[in-house]
Amino acid sequence: MADPAIDRSKMKVSDEIAIQITNMNKWYGTFHVLRDINMTVNKGERIVICGPSGSGKSTLIRCINRLEEHQQGQIIVDGTELTSDLKNIDKVRSEVGMVFQHFNLFPHLTILENLTLAPIWVRKVPKKEAEETAMYFLQKVKIPEQAHKYPGQLSGGQQQRVAIARSLCMKPRIMLFDEPTSALDPEMIKEVLDTMISLAEEGMTMLCVTHEMGFAQAVANRVIFMDQGQIVEQNEPREFFNNPQSERTKLFLSQILGH
Amino acid sequence: MSLLYVRRDMLAPQAPPTSQSGIIRWLRDNLFKGPFNTILTLLAAWVLYELVTLSWPWLSNGVWSDANSMADCRAIVAASAGPDASGACWAMIRERWPQFIFGFYPPALWWRPILAFGLLFVALAPVLYSDNKRAMSWLCGVVGALTVLCLIGADGFSFHTILAIALFAGLTAIATIKPRALLAVTMLFPFVALWLLWGGSVWGPITALLGFTVMVVVYGFVAPKLGPVMGASIGFIAACLWWLFVQSYVSEAWQALLPFQLTYVNSDKFGGFLLAFVIGVSSISISLPLGILLALGRRSDMFLVKTLSVGFIEFVRGVPLITMLFTASLLLQYFLPPQTKFDLILRVVILVTIFSAAYNAEVVRGGLAALPRGQYEAADALGLDYWQAQRLIIMPQALKISIPGIVSTFIGLFKDTTLVSFVGLADPLRGITTIVRADIAWKGIYWEPYIFVGAIFFIVCFGMSRYSMYLENKLKTDHR
Amino acid sequence: MTLATEPPKANFRLGMLIYDTRYRSYTIQVIVLILVLMGVAWLANNTIENLAAKDKDINFGFLWNRTGYDIDQHLIPYTNDDSHFRALLVGLCNTLVVALVGCILSTVLGVIIGVLRLSKNWLVARLMTVYIEIFRNVPLLLWIILVYVVFSETRPAPKDFKIVEGKVSAAHMNFFDTIAVTNRGTNVPAPLLTNPLPTVHLGFLPISLSLIAVIAVIAASIYANILLRRRTKITQEATGIRPTIWWKSVLILFVPVVALLFAMGLHWEYPVFKGFNFNGGINIAHSFTALTIALTLYYASVIAETVRAGIQAINRGQSEASAALGIRPGRTMSLVILPQALRVIIPPLISQYLSLTKDTSLGIAVSYLDLRGTLGGITLNQTGRELECMTLMMLIYLIISLIISAVMNAYNASVKLKER
Repeated sequence: MADPAIDRSKMKVSDEIAIQITNMNKWYGTFHVLRDINMTVNKGERIVICGPSGSGKSTLIRCINRLEEHQQGQIIVDGTELTSDLKNIDKVRSEVGMVFQHFNLFPHLTILENLTLAPIWVRKVPKKEAEETAMYFLQKVKIPEQAHKYPGQLSGGQQQRVAIARSLCMKPRIMLFDEPTSALDPEMIKEVLDTMISLAEEGMTMLCVTHEMGFAQAVANRVIFMDQGQIVEQNEPREFFNNPQSERTKLFLSQILGH
Repeated sequence: MSLLYVRRDMLAPQAPPTSQSGIIRWLRDNLFKGPFNTILTLLAAWVLYELVTLSWPWLSNGVWSDANSMADCRAIVAASAGPDASGACWAMIRERWPQFIFGFYPPALWWRPILAFGLLFVALAPVLYSDNKRAMSWLCGVVGALTVLCLIGADGFSFHTILAIALFAGLTAIATIKPRALLAVTMLFPFVALWLLWGGSVWGPITALLGFTVMVVVYGFVAPKLGPVMGASIGFIAACLWWLFVQSYVSEAWQALLPFQLTYVNSDKFGGFLLAFVIGVSSISISLPLGILLALGRRSDMFLVKTLSVGFIEFVRGVPLITMLFTASLLLQYFLPPQTKFDLILRVVILVTIFSAAYNAEVVRGGLAALPRGQYEAADALGLDYWQAQRLIIMPQALKISIPGIVSTFIGLFKDTTLVSFVGLADPLRGITTIVRADIAWKGIYWEPYIFVGAIFFIVCFGMSRYSMYLENKLKTDHR
Repeated sequence: MTLATEPPKANFRLGMLIYDTRYRSYTIQVIVLILVLMGVAWLANNTIENLAAKDKDINFGFLWNRTGYDIDQHLIPYTNDDSHFRALLVGLCNTLVVALVGCILSTVLGVIIGVLRLSKNWLVARLMTVYIEIFRNVPLLLWIILVYVVFSETRPAPKDFKIVEGKVSAAHMNFFDTIAVTNRGTNVPAPLLTNPLPTVHLGFLPISLSLIAVIAVIAASIYANILLRRRTKITQEATGIRPTIWWKSVLILFVPVVALLFAMGLHWEYPVFKGFNFNGGINIAHSFTALTIALTLYYASVIAETVRAGIQAINRGQSEASAALGIRPGRTMSLVILPQALRVIIPPLISQYLSLTKDTSLGIAVSYLDLRGTLGGITLNQTGRELECMTLMMLIYLIISLIISAVMNAYNASVKLKER
């Protein structure tokens, strides 16, 4: 089912481990949101995480850059373990990019300032260089002409592409996407997905929570299905969609693909 | 029969019928729409008529010329408008305005507060018009011209006038060529103003300024190793040590070496609007940063910091300002080491600052609460640390949301400076007016001084609220 | 599956106090605690030293000593033989009565002005804007002093009201000769009862059963009215038709209290000029009048702004949607706009009541003997116990404020929009 338009030459999965999650558990108060998560992500993998709402998929990827704290188990990102140590957290966050459902652009800064802010203050890159990088990534997401506008003046799709570019400016090794297209109008979904596909073509390690099954089939090398805070099934996309094993997966797929 | 219809020529727009436009239409829409509206209009017109007929004779018979007492005024009004006519006696203001403006500040030294007041606007320029170069140089130029005029009015063309001309010419040039350099003026202004207003040795303010240098140097050493919070606190402690134990010796040594000083003016000479502005401006400028810190403390996850902030804010907001002022004048002597001499104006400034800081904290907290959580998360995800996130992402937005609230706190603070009369300072409203009304020559005058003082307060406060509206519109970058 | 690294060992290093999120906050809090304790200890030590130097102690016993000063306006019985504590209570009552009257009057005036400010009538809207801006931007203290000075310096002396045969007196009473405003105060008729209920002495506080009865009847009327409205609503829900009830409401609200007052024989004692001054009726000091009028005028302008902002905060779409559903404008106001606008208006309104209550302390400018005037003024000066008086006064103001805040928080919690 591979899309012939997608260049797969660079989409190589290496043996190096990017993210390692071992026996991870998390609770909100007494509510057990993530239950015994075990998962290894190699460099270059494109993983789509799906599942019904409330299944813990967003929480899982938010744990990976410690926007949420886990209570048990181990998360190792790029050789750095996420503990309560601030230095480790800073290190992980500067190497992991994240794209949010609601973009979370900074409305008081122009697009260019949004993009250069973190490189200047966290990576300590000179301003000129940061701006060049920012323009390069704006070219990539195909909106360089908007550089001096404010986020409020852009459409949802454009804002989300800016948000992707903002993460890329930090030159991350891993990108996390938290339902990047859920807040968008249908006609804008494609432009964001195209951006994500071109990112995959360059060999970026990606973890993506999404319900865009077309994207999963075209780009992902692995699909993870979560329910009730657990990983219920994972498989390569073709098998996952054509031959689901668990009853829960079948039910879920019939619901989202049925329409 | 065909149903086809095609328009061949388009219609040009036409003017509406006369009943739909013009003054008649406007009157009908805005004044006489329906019986209720008509009654309202008539009622309002009647109120206006009453107000005008009551006050117009009094205003139009007003005496400006040289009358030296109420009796003179009454005689002049009676001579010009008949024995029963009433008339305003503005001559009182003509005679007493220096007291309303300067209190008991020695007339020979008036050039100092005038110059300080002019410099205040130059210092404010970078804050008021951060990105408007032309507005900044215009402001400097106009304020400079006005200051020079005031100086000439105060004590003729003298050495001070030349000094002021040179100073403002230089500052205007800086504002035109390199506006960012004006920020240095803003930083230095508190020390310059302190020295100009109170006088004394020039080395006092300079060595006080050195305390901040100490703070910055210590911060530079400590911050990279122990983080910004520790850096700032250790720097602050070092600066305090400097101010408490080192500064006086250094400044005395320099004074002995290079004596340069202005005549010292004691705090009890301050009064009128000079006093109101000294208290207002210093409290405003210190209370905002303090308020921000308190707001952050109140939103902190740390139980102790949060509890202390909440307790402090709620306590200060729960008691009237008057009780705080009485604390300054009656109780502070108990809380400080015995025999501490502590200037009354300084005490009042501290208490007023604390008071408005608590209000600012609540306003800023509102702004912080209005920010979506996503902003914090995005800043975290980009790897910014707490203070970077606050400074670059959170505060610029939260403060923008809070501008109306902050400015109205400032307006409230400026109006509240009148309360210092209750602890024995000569504020323009009650202090000076009481003195004037106690004078046998002006016994029985009441509308004129209150109108005069009220008008000045109105101009300042109304100006501030208009400026906040301008700022709000200018900063509207988001939400298309 | 192999682990990339070994699990970390839980050995503790000193650096973790600063860099580890688990310990970092404790480190900061401990430092803060130490600093605060040091500050408090320093202040306490200074206070003890200063008190010792002045040969003073901290003792609230003075509250039970004789005051020796008079308070003209007292809502509970008071003579100069009473204790300082009783003077405190008198002052507190005076504070509360000004605050209460001020809140009610300024709300009424403020709501009217705020609504008129939004009126489509050009002239009225402009007039209201001018009123709001003038009163908001001039210190409250100026209005208090100005009103006081105007009353006490422009009004005629009581002797000018004297009616001499064959001559017109220099001054007249207002409102059909019932109210006399002199330069010393305002004389208004006093309500008297021919057959009042007895007065009960509760310890030191006499309680008039007549007053209690009136309050109880009014409360009962209001409750009955609520019951009536509830029944009307049930009828409406059952049949679809809402019965007309306004005349029933009027009857229920007013007839019982009028009947009670009639039964107790309410009549008025009018102030009459006799000798050198007015006799009979109640003399209201100008300090009270000036404070109330100034607070009312000033806070009316503030409340008007709140009301305007609250109404404007409701999206135009709301009234359009309501109109599109076929709801008439009056009902739109009461069913859609007001419930939402009140949500916006009431919290700032309550905090303005709080400010008004605190600003009653400005009565100092006109020598109004409120809490600050008695406890924080004359008592403080007589006994020289600054520390005790100020602490007690701040505490009382703080309690009043906290009560008002608690009311506000309870309200906020009850109307909070249900959202995810």
